[in-house]
Amino acid sequence: MTAILELQNVGYRAQENQILQGISLSVGAEDYLTITGPSGGGKSTLLRVLASLLTATEGKILFKGQDISEKDPIEYRRQVSYCFQQPTLFGRTVADNLDFPFQIRNADIDVAKQKSALEYVGLPESYLSKKITELSGGEKQRVAMIRNIMFSPDVLLLDEVTAGLDEANKDIVHNLIEHFHKDHHVTILAVTHDATEIAQASHIITIVKGKLEVTK
Amino acid sequence: MNLDVSNWSLTLAGLLVLVAMWIGYREKLGIDREIITAVIRAVIQLFVVGYLLKYVFRVNNVFLTLVMILIILFNASWNAQKRSNGMAHALPISFVAILASTGVTLGVLILSGAIKLIPSQVIPISGMIASNSMVAIGLCYRSMNTKFRDQRQSVMERLALGGTVRDASIGILRESIKTGMAPTIDSAKTGGIVSLPGMMSGLIFAGVDPVRAIKYQIMVTFMLLSATSIGSVIACYLAYRNFYNSRKQLKDMPNND
Repeated sequence: MTAILELQNVGYRAQENQILQGISLSVGAEDYLTITGPSGGGKSTLLRVLASLLTATEGKILFKGQDISEKDPIEYRRQVSYCFQQPTLFGRTVADNLDFPFQIRNADIDVAKQKSALEYVGLPESYLSKKITELSGGEKQRVAMIRNIMFSPDVLLLDEVTAGLDEANKDIVHNLIEHFHKDHHVTILAVTHDATEIAQASHIITIVKGKLEVTK
Repeated sequence: MNLDVSNWSLTLAGLLVLVAMWIGYREKLGIDREIITAVIRAVIQLFVVGYLLKYVFRVNNVFLTLVMILIILFNASWNAQKRSNGMAHALPISFVAILASTGVTLGVLILSGAIKLIPSQVIPISGMIASNSMVAIGLCYRSMNTKFRDQRQSVMERLALGGTVRDASIGILRESIKTGMAPTIDSAKTGGIVSLPGMMSGLIFAGVDPVRAIKYQIMVTFMLLSATSIGSVIACYLAYRNFYNSRKQLKDMPNND
């Protein structure tokens, strides 16, 4: 299978700290890859480098064969979308968050699409006008995730998105990830310690002290 | 109307400084030296400016007037950029913002006939505009620095969703522009109720009918609203890109796992 993302000897250094070192990895289109390892090992940094929120200080990353440093970062981030572990929601209401992906693309807001996305993650349509301060942690994470996939990306980078969620919320998020992976052919790279996500994955890698230790 | 403060009266008024120093000493504020420096600076600067203005007003030369205005604008820009916390290009950005806000506001005032193109009117008005613009821009810089630090993740999330740096910063920009303009709006709201503002007080002091004096104060209120809004908008819009690098990433990203 062709690689959608290819890391060639990628390293990241912040001041004196070498956070990532010599990571080479090929991620096939439609792969589901989980990234595990002890905390502080550089997993989140790796995802942020892949999301072009940080620039690798060594090596290079190819997306569909093209060096990402040569691509427009904004266009790239719309194709390779990063979900935060503890997301912050914008504005006042859920709609403010779900409007954002349309606004940045200068697209007309598709309320029907927003409602069906909400419904898919078990939230009623009326939640569009709900204040973000009235949402539970699990509901916030679900709204944040549909904000990322309102326009289906090619790659979804998930940074411990189910950490801290209860079982019911975890199941909903897992189903959503599975749906996008299976039905929309989205490539998934997930930093996780969650057994279900690890079981769903087609490949597992482990990052220890900034280095790629194990690949399965 | 006695508009001449005798040297003896000024010396007696100087005793008020001793009150400030005594409070500083009693409360162990450690500001005695600072008060002395401030008083000496104020006296020297005002005397120098007084004699300089006397000369400039007497000569009434356009070139000299422009030089004076440029010196005011540069000093205001220099002071505004100090609030930027080391932001790149803060001096030229401040200068452009203060130049534009002073230029536009002064231009409207002169063209409308509210003030005349003579040094005794143009120079003090430029100083008032530039100083308010300077304070507004300083507040904008401080607000942007605080907000880009406090709302770091929120900005990064907007970028991660594929937003432009403008999409990611627009909330911070709006809040910072509002912060810059807030003191001018507040003083416009309380003008005449809480304080009799400077221009109006000066004219009343000089014996002008208070009803005529308020017209000038209304003009000052309008010009300061215009100046602080133009200054804040230009400074914020020119400055926010400095918080990002060429790859449209937020600078100085903390590395957490």
